[in-house]
Amino acid sequence: MTAAPVLSRNFDRPEALTLAGYRASGGYEALSRALRLGPEGIAAEVRKANLRGLGGAGFPTATKWGFIPAKRTGPVYLVVNADEGEPGTFKDRYILERDPHALIEGLLITAFAIGSHTSFVYIRGEYVRSWRIFAAAVAEAEAAGYLGARVLGSDFGHRVVVHRGAGAYICGEETGLISSLEGKKGWPKLKPPFPAIKGAFGQPTVVNNVETLAAVPPIVLHGGEWFAGLGSKTHGGTRLYSVSGHVGRPGVYEASVAIPLRQLIARAGGVAGGRALKAVVPGGASAPLLRADEIDVTMDVDGLKDAGSMAGSAGVIVMDETTCIPEALHVVARFYAHESCGQCTPCRECTGWIFKITGRILAGKGVPQDPDTILDVARRGGGTTICAFYDGAIGPYISYVEKFRAEFDYHVRHGACDVRARGH
Amino acid sequence: MSGTGPPGGGPAFSEAQLAEVRRLQRLYPDRQAALLPVLRMALESWGHISSEAESYVAGLFDLSPAHVHEVVTFYTLFFPAPVGRHVLSVCQNLSCSLLGAETMIGYLEQTLGIAAGETTPDGRVTLLRVECLCACEVAPMMQVDDEYVGGLTREKIDAVLGGLA
Repeated sequence: MTAAPVLSRNFDRPEALTLAGYRASGGYEALSRALRLGPEGIAAEVRKANLRGLGGAGFPTATKWGFIPAKRTGPVYLVVNADEGEPGTFKDRYILERDPHALIEGLLITAFAIGSHTSFVYIRGEYVRSWRIFAAAVAEAEAAGYLGARVLGSDFGHRVVVHRGAGAYICGEETGLISSLEGKKGWPKLKPPFPAIKGAFGQPTVVNNVETLAAVPPIVLHGGEWFAGLGSKTHGGTRLYSVSGHVGRPGVYEASVAIPLRQLIARAGGVAGGRALKAVVPGGASAPLLRADEIDVTMDVDGLKDAGSMAGSAGVIVMDETTCIPEALHVVARFYAHESCGQCTPCRECTGWIFKITGRILAGKGVPQDPDTILDVARRGGGTTICAFYDGAIGPYISYVEKFRAEFDYHVRHGACDVRARGH
Repeated sequence: MSGTGPPGGGPAFSEAQLAEVRRLQRLYPDRQAALLPVLRMALESWGHISSEAESYVAGLFDLSPAHVHEVVTFYTLFFPAPVGRHVLSVCQNLSCSLLGAETMIGYLEQTLGIAAGETTPDGRVTLLRVECLCACEVAPMMQVDDEYVGGLTREKIDAVLGGLA
């Protein structure tokens, strides 16, 4: 079931980096069509497509656009979330570096649909190469009249501001991103008001992920029904899976949003070295862990929700039998402790506390109640914070401990690892 | 990366840089949004962002130095203290860890004779541990100044270090 690529269609065509090369394979045809279709027509196709946000939250894209108030006096902003940071995820980098015009075309169509004349593309600070390539594509699009006062000679004007982050995972959270864009530390904002009502610079704002926007031109060109048909009943299309860890061929793979996880791992070369599978993170670090016996699931939002995990950012991290799960949790706990923005007490304190516990377990200084303390601390903080960061951290805390409890208990009792003791 | 400010007068941008500051400030509906880009200019000009530089930048925005300090210290890429001529940021997150990041960090520490977080005495290299750089397909990996370097092995690290002035 490897259908023709949609989102990765230009990944192996270096000529697509130039406007001419992108146009040569049908690029910017969707934009012309969209300008004729009109804002409502575009939104209708995207609604039919069952396109969901591909940054992690999986929220229906057309619904998000629909929250922009019809009656308004000030400008509407489109903010492009290119602050890729979810551990295990690297697909937005591929779009920025291999198909930048697809993002420009997608953001132009989206901006036209929501009535926005300015977009801010927020690229993570470490993505220097991505920024250079994308900024060059923007400059070329400006020079050729695809951006500016009259897009393709129409009455629709749009300008793009490319903005660079400075190193903070929380800025991938949409309101944290807005705070950062506004020249502040990236603290998420209490909702409501939602960005659609009061977002960047106090104006109605849509924040969309890079891949989500890159999906818009194919939808406009081929129709919402076609896109919907590529996925499941409630979640349309294909998406880009970032597959890494202990697999034979780590990389970006495009497949239906509903591909079975087992099949995806096989496409990435299976478990490396012929070793046995132990566990899989299916949707970025914040997605609860699946054991090897739990991978007969489809990767769509509902499929993974039913399996007790989440589709998230489609960052798939594969762990083979040599993996020490307490050590893996320690690595993840260190990440959350470091990246908590410090605004909400439960998140700031619990991420630090759990990191300390995993640290002492690994150092051979754990106490018997430590695994239960992790579960208790994790559960207490849930749902008490401004943004979803801590709720995301809970997924690994609980799933790693619950699903591999014996390894944690062994570490505590023996001060060492039974995975390593078995000769791995 | 060297100081361009007037002798004894603390950090200051050149006329051309000040023109760029004004251009950046006009790019946004609220000029404060240019703070991160201008702090990046400060970093690129002076190698780090000292408290004097924070105060100077604050003055360009009519912001309090405290606000600028808060921003500088929130983000990992705004170095508040001097760093080496080259910065090696090694990913320590999950995919890189599964594929030997700790071994690579250990090898770098041993070869450079410093611990992560430190700078070599000759000021050549600062070694940092960082969270996911989103290049897990080439794990274990690191960022060497602006470039991503993946598929790390001891030999590859030797080659990278050998190429750093």
